[in-house]
Amino acid sequence: MPPIVSVRDLTKTYAGGFTALDGVTLDIEEGEIIALLGPNGAGKTTLISTICGITMPSGGAVEVGGHDVVRDWRKARDMIGLVPQELSLEPFSTVWNNARFSRGLFDRPRDDAYLESLLRDLSLWEKRDAKVMELSGGMKRRVLIAKALAHRPRVLFLDEPTAGVDVELRKDMWRVVERLRGEGVTIILTTHYIEEAEAIADRIGVISRGRILLVERTEELMRRLGRKELRIELAEPVDDVPETLRRDGLERVDGGQALVYTYDTHAERTGITALLADLQAAGLQLADLSTSNSSLEEIFVGLVKEDA
Amino acid sequence: MNFGAVSAIYQAEMARFFRTLLQSFISPVISTSLYFVVFGSAIGGRIQEVEGIAYAAFIVPGLVMLSVMTQATSNASFAIYFPKFTGTIYEYLLAPISFLEVTLGFVGAAATKALFIGLVILATATLFVDLTIQSPLAMLAFLLLTCISFSLLGFIIGIWARNFEQLQLIPLLVITPLVFLGGSFYSISMLPPAWQIVTRFNPVVYLISGFRWSFFGQADVPIGVSLLAISGFTALCLGIIWLIFRTGWRIRS
Repeated sequence: MPPIVSVRDLTKTYAGGFTALDGVTLDIEEGEIIALLGPNGAGKTTLISTICGITMPSGGAVEVGGHDVVRDWRKARDMIGLVPQELSLEPFSTVWNNARFSRGLFDRPRDDAYLESLLRDLSLWEKRDAKVMELSGGMKRRVLIAKALAHRPRVLFLDEPTAGVDVELRKDMWRVVERLRGEGVTIILTTHYIEEAEAIADRIGVISRGRILLVERTEELMRRLGRKELRIELAEPVDDVPETLRRDGLERVDGGQALVYTYDTHAERTGITALLADLQAAGLQLADLSTSNSSLEEIFVGLVKEDA
Repeated sequence: MNFGAVSAIYQAEMARFFRTLLQSFISPVISTSLYFVVFGSAIGGRIQEVEGIAYAAFIVPGLVMLSVMTQATSNASFAIYFPKFTGTIYEYLLAPISFLEVTLGFVGAAATKALFIGLVILATATLFVDLTIQSPLAMLAFLLLTCISFSLLGFIIGIWARNFEQLQLIPLLVITPLVFLGGSFYSISMLPPAWQIVTRFNPVVYLISGFRWSFFGQADVPIGVSLLAISGFTALCLGIIWLIFRTGWRIRS
């Protein structure tokens, strides 16, 4: 199946000379949830804006549903919904009219039943006749989500959806996302929160200084993350790993001064207890023990640093 | 053609108008009444007639035009500036709508409001003077064309403006003087010959003259020239808007 969003060598240089995107290539499969992770100013919002058609690309191409976003913009945009980072809303209009307006902009026929279910899902139904200016920040973000979904987009962009959002809304939001996933809607979100990406994304892309550094399946990344290293400092260096100690994941390092055992924290048995028992049985004196793990945070920081 | 979007924008803009109906309605009625008191009764008492027409009646077309032009411009400029100010402009850029559809929605609504106010003023005027309109169809056509062309102008101003001050600048510095100097309250023939020539460069002269022709059957400039002028002005505004959207100027980075 062809990707629903296809980004090829996308560059964006703003009029001031700042290069926000520097050759981004990315394929997004229909129905997947992908999280774009990156520091502030990495180019996440520019990437989203360019796919959505709000920003014009300087080079490269973007296709949504097989339609080029510049040449075949009407068909491409028809499929897209966006929840922007800023709380930009018409303040004097009611919640209901705001949602209806968005649906109208996409030339969809009136469907009050759908809008009602949407507002109910987002706990906005009670507030449908309230003016947007009377709502709290969290409620305004719900309105933005309702507007983005009013025309039933096939591809939904969430730009920092949970920045400054309370627990209640976060729960509501992920419930809606779950439902959309069930309906086969493709979701692209940007976030600072690694746990959030872990929790809902099928794939995670790391973006820094306008470039995609890595895109990997979340489990894959988690496996890399779930690996821990046990470093055993020996009192006396060994020339060789004794027969009784040899096993998968054990290595002799620093000229035999230490042994490093790599294990999976998610495994049923880590093998640490057995290893320690065998060490004692082999008569090796331990000077020190330490463990370290590679969290996504570390991978992320490492990647970004490497890039800088 | 995305008619759903045109209608959504038009309805949202009209809803804004109806929310503030009282202000939209009362202020032109009061200001028109004031003009009649000052120009019609106080000054008109001394001028009596201009080109065989009672002065109070003579100024009606100019008064209607003055309000219609300023209302159309300010309505349209505010309507498109406000989404830029609140940030909701992203929705118009995101949705599958062309410049023509956005313009139709906004300008259509602004022109409707201006037309409404123009008709209200005309109705108010009948309370003060006896009015006969020689060719009502031509009158309506001129009124409508003025509503549309000045809404287009307002739309351009709204896109150009970076703050509320700039939004007020053009109407204040350009439109009001042009209208006052465009023969709203006098006939061009009353001016010294040198000023008559200068006045020919004021586009508003042609609009007011044509509009007045539809009331009284006489005008400062031939009616055909008036029609040509307003059509040219409308085409110019449309061309500028087309260019703006093509290049994304001050809208799409």
